[in-house]
Amino acid sequence: MSDYSITAASPAQKWLAGTLVVLYAVITIMPLLWIIATGFKTPADAISYPPKIVFDPTLEGYVNLFTTRTRVTPETLEALGEPTTWYDRIVRQYDMVIAGPSRFGERFLNSVIIGFGSTFLSVFLGTLAAYAFSRFKVPLKDDLLFFILSTRMMPPIAVAIPIFLMFRQLGLSDTHAGMILLYTAVNLSLSVWLLKGFIDEIPREYEEAALIDGYTRFQAFTKVVLPQAATGIASTAIFCLIFAWNEYAFAVLLTSGTAQTAPPFIPTIIGVGGQDWPAVAAGATIFLVPVMVFTILLRKHLLRGITFGAVRK
Amino acid sequence: MAEVVLTGITKRFGRDTALSDVSLTVPDGAFVVLLGPTGAGKTTTLRLIAGLETPDAGDITIGGESVLGLTPAQRDVAMVFQQYSLYPHMTVRDNLAFPLRSPILRTPEHEITGKINEVAEVLHIAHKLNNKATALSGGEMQRVSIGRALVRAPQLFLMDEPLSSLDAKLRADLRIELKRIHSALGATLLYVTHDQIEAMTMASHVGVLDHGRLAQFGPPREIYENPVSLTVAGRLGLPRINALPADLFPGAPAGAATIGLRPEHIAQGEGQTAQITRVEHLGDQTRLHLSLHGHDIITLTDPHTDLRGGQSIAIAPRKPLYFDASGVRLA
Repeated sequence: MSDYSITAASPAQKWLAGTLVVLYAVITIMPLLWIIATGFKTPADAISYPPKIVFDPTLEGYVNLFTTRTRVTPETLEALGEPTTWYDRIVRQYDMVIAGPSRFGERFLNSVIIGFGSTFLSVFLGTLAAYAFSRFKVPLKDDLLFFILSTRMMPPIAVAIPIFLMFRQLGLSDTHAGMILLYTAVNLSLSVWLLKGFIDEIPREYEEAALIDGYTRFQAFTKVVLPQAATGIASTAIFCLIFAWNEYAFAVLLTSGTAQTAPPFIPTIIGVGGQDWPAVAAGATIFLVPVMVFTILLRKHLLRGITFGAVRK
Repeated sequence: MAEVVLTGITKRFGRDTALSDVSLTVPDGAFVVLLGPTGAGKTTTLRLIAGLETPDAGDITIGGESVLGLTPAQRDVAMVFQQYSLYPHMTVRDNLAFPLRSPILRTPEHEITGKINEVAEVLHIAHKLNNKATALSGGEMQRVSIGRALVRAPQLFLMDEPLSSLDAKLRADLRIELKRIHSALGATLLYVTHDQIEAMTMASHVGVLDHGRLAQFGPPREIYENPVSLTVAGRLGLPRINALPADLFPGAPAGAATIGLRPEHIAQGEGQTAQITRVEHLGDQTRLHLSLHGHDIITLTDPHTDLRGGQSIAIAPRKPLYFDASGVRLA
């Protein structure tokens, strides 16, 4: 008799598994740490070689990210007197003064509106469609489902030019509505398929019980099906948000001003004599936060969502 | 409280005919048990009455009015399902309150609390009211699900094998409980089961379904003692009725193809000699497995018998049932 059961891992196996996980975590988290660290470096430290692991942290990158600045003559600078705020002080080291806010705030807000807007729409429409596919006799159901999936069989950017022309014709270029529509269209197939899987697993008996208990079909849907599909809805929402939030190619192509999202904006931040890497890194760092918060808030559901089918319940 | 009448009900699923021309009257206040093998159409009958399916032909009336145009919610019936009976995301209390809070009933909250406590008391689930529905044992779940039907006091209860997933002890307890509730409420109850003890002990009427047709309808004793066909005869009785070629014993009427022998139809100690192949002592009864001219017969004998396998015993039919070649009862 061994001390360990066949199914439980031995200490050696646990160590091996643990080491692998830690190793993998280090590899994947490295670029992230690099970006976060760069956000707190000076432009000189950011591009120094070999890279500086230990450095004097500064908020210069963040100040540059959120402001536009102009160079002034030393006389003017003198005339202004002592800087009144910490960010003024940082800027004046370079003989500059803050001229106004940058466009980052707007772009970030655009990302929030378009990202969450399209996520909401994808999940909302996806849930209704998935429910219909799961419960009703839809004519040509299999063909329709295949058609929906087939929209994902090529990279979306392959149809960039027709979409570009279409958007220009319809006046959707560089509008929030246009971007929300586009990301929803791309995400909808994923959302319908994922959610159909989840709803298929909810036994019909619950709805039938609710119908007999005196509720309409729609009430049965909202009171019985939706709460049980929460896991699926949460994980689908995360997948949709991650796509819409990070999308770059269409955003570059279809937005330039009003509706430009953060991804095409961040790399265009120019500092003194070239790319302002700390500001770019600061922008990327801030850009990470919403998806991270959203995912952490829903992570309980996400974990169950990823393993759905296998160990749901 | 209502009489339920099915007239010429036919229901097809694609090419399969689940029910064909079924007519059935469930008297007001009756406890009707539907018996039949899997696929006979028992559950379909309940679902049609509940309004979860629509018949292809025929009419259903509850309390004298046709319900075909009504939604399940409007029919004022309660149904207990075989499984998946509770809403898993709600507490026991919310499960019980769910039908009362429906837009049809809109019960005030203080009344809901009273009704729930009452039902919980009857079903011995009062201490579990604040538990999540998923944190209950199978027996508790099924009691809550019966409770969800009871709180509404509907005119008709439909129960689809409500006790089949429970263990024997709990099943016996709930059987008595259901019968008690039925007589207390005086409600009409339609009950589907495989279990003949449930049928015999609870039913005021038994309907035997076979391949989508209603084979016989009547009080349980009549179904047992006076079955119209071999299939009906096979539904009730433990051990099952022995179906043997009619010419095995003398005295068969003209046209008889099969003789049906229940244990009480077999006289021991006279007639033809059969070999005892096995003796099963079940405690309260003893089963004899016999072989007569190559045909197996199972009957009962004295619980304290000394008979053993390998011995032989003489048997003769006593007031047996005869059936023709198509299984229809002759005498």
